[in-house]
Amino acid sequence: MNVDGVNTGIVLDHIHAGKSMVIYKLLGLDRLDCTVAVIQNVKSAKYGRKDIIKIDKIIDLDFDAIGFVDPNITVNIVKEGKLARKSHVSLPDELTDVLRCRNPRCITSSETDLPQRFKLVDPEKRLYRCVYCDAMASEKHLF
Amino acid sequence: MAKRDLINITDLSTEEVDEMLDLADRITAEPEKYQDACAHKKLATLFYEPSTRTRLSFESAMYKLGGNVIGFSDANSTSVSKGESVHDTMKVISCFADIIAVRHPKEGAAYVAAHSCDIPVINAGDGSHFHPSQTLADLLTIRREKGRLDSIKIGFCGDLKFGRTVHSLIDALLRYENVEFWLISPEELTLPGYIKEKMTGAGAVWHETRSLEDSIPELDVLYMTRVQKERFFNEEDYIRLKNTYVLDREKLSAAPEDMIVMHPLPRVNEIEVSVDDDPRAKYFEQVKNGKDVRKALILTLLKWKED
Repeated sequence: MNVDGVNTGIVLDHIHAGKSMVIYKLLGLDRLDCTVAVIQNVKSAKYGRKDIIKIDKIIDLDFDAIGFVDPNITVNIVKEGKLARKSHVSLPDELTDVLRCRNPRCITSSETDLPQRFKLVDPEKRLYRCVYCDAMASEKHLF
Repeated sequence: MAKRDLINITDLSTEEVDEMLDLADRITAEPEKYQDACAHKKLATLFYEPSTRTRLSFESAMYKLGGNVIGFSDANSTSVSKGESVHDTMKVISCFADIIAVRHPKEGAAYVAAHSCDIPVINAGDGSHFHPSQTLADLLTIRREKGRLDSIKIGFCGDLKFGRTVHSLIDALLRYENVEFWLISPEELTLPGYIKEKMTGAGAVWHETRSLEDSIPELDVLYMTRVQKERFFNEEDYIRLKNTYVLDREKLSAAPEDMIVMHPLPRVNEIEVSVDDDPRAKYFEQVKNGKDVRKALILTLLKWKED
């Protein structure tokens, strides 16, 4: 299967197989006016299987959101056909507007303009705590 | 100089807590020395949900320090009923006052309040989350009655799920050595998981049980709580659970002679009135201690300096 290379844009590589659509939605890639390719279940020497997203434009990325979904993702910035920068993400200490607090007693449930802010409490289990009400949240609490 | 708030008791170091309790002791000993300490200062008590003792305790404390009080005790009579956010209300009120005490039914509202203005904010209760000024009153009571805050065997009984005073007091006591906890509650009202995780993480010894009778002989402090009707979405659940634990003279007879009984009040029926005459009953002392420790808290956050 052939997918065109990116001339100037972004390649998100080494995405855990099956997580590309989570990234796609979280980064709002469906709202872009450029070509976006989501390639799933690609053979990988390192991970067995992986997903890749190619974006045919350089856009601002939420590295925290990417790092939260999968800290092994590599972000490649390509300019005029050449790799201009390769970045690695990590599990962020804080998240804003990535997770949503589901505690109906939290102030964010009634004042919906407040940013949804969380702090990392358990890197191993990837658990975060709402800064307002202390409710715990994980990937199932994604926006 | 950066402003200080009190949202959670852990905003204060143990040294700061001890200093505040020391100041409360000095205030109790010589109240006249502090009667003008807050002259020309205003406390805003912003109570979005009903309260009698906490609001009056703060207001009484401020008046006794020579200050003034503004605020509301019913959010329906304010711009809040028009949809004003906590952020905007705090921005506005901070133009009129020097310090704010806020109570709100939503968890985290005091955190939002503190981050919305440049004057000190005291959390006077945010939903079932935290109630740190009550914690200071509780700590002062334990220290005055038991002479220490470490090596205490304390039992929390009743509604440990929604009881914010329980959550704050556990947070505070976890920082002292050798405190052992008994968590006595029905299954539906057990302590939230995140607090149990904190206890385990801090290396504390804790026991979860349904039986008050089995636990009471072990305790230095028994902290009773009310099953809070206002926290239930379903009234049937409240009615089923509200009479689970009632402390009476018979149950108290199994307690050590020097155990103390505490309660943040108001009580409904979880402590029989006949217990009030027992010398171990200290819940009305807690109220008295609350006023003086709130004076100490206001003075500390206003950065008042003792001569």
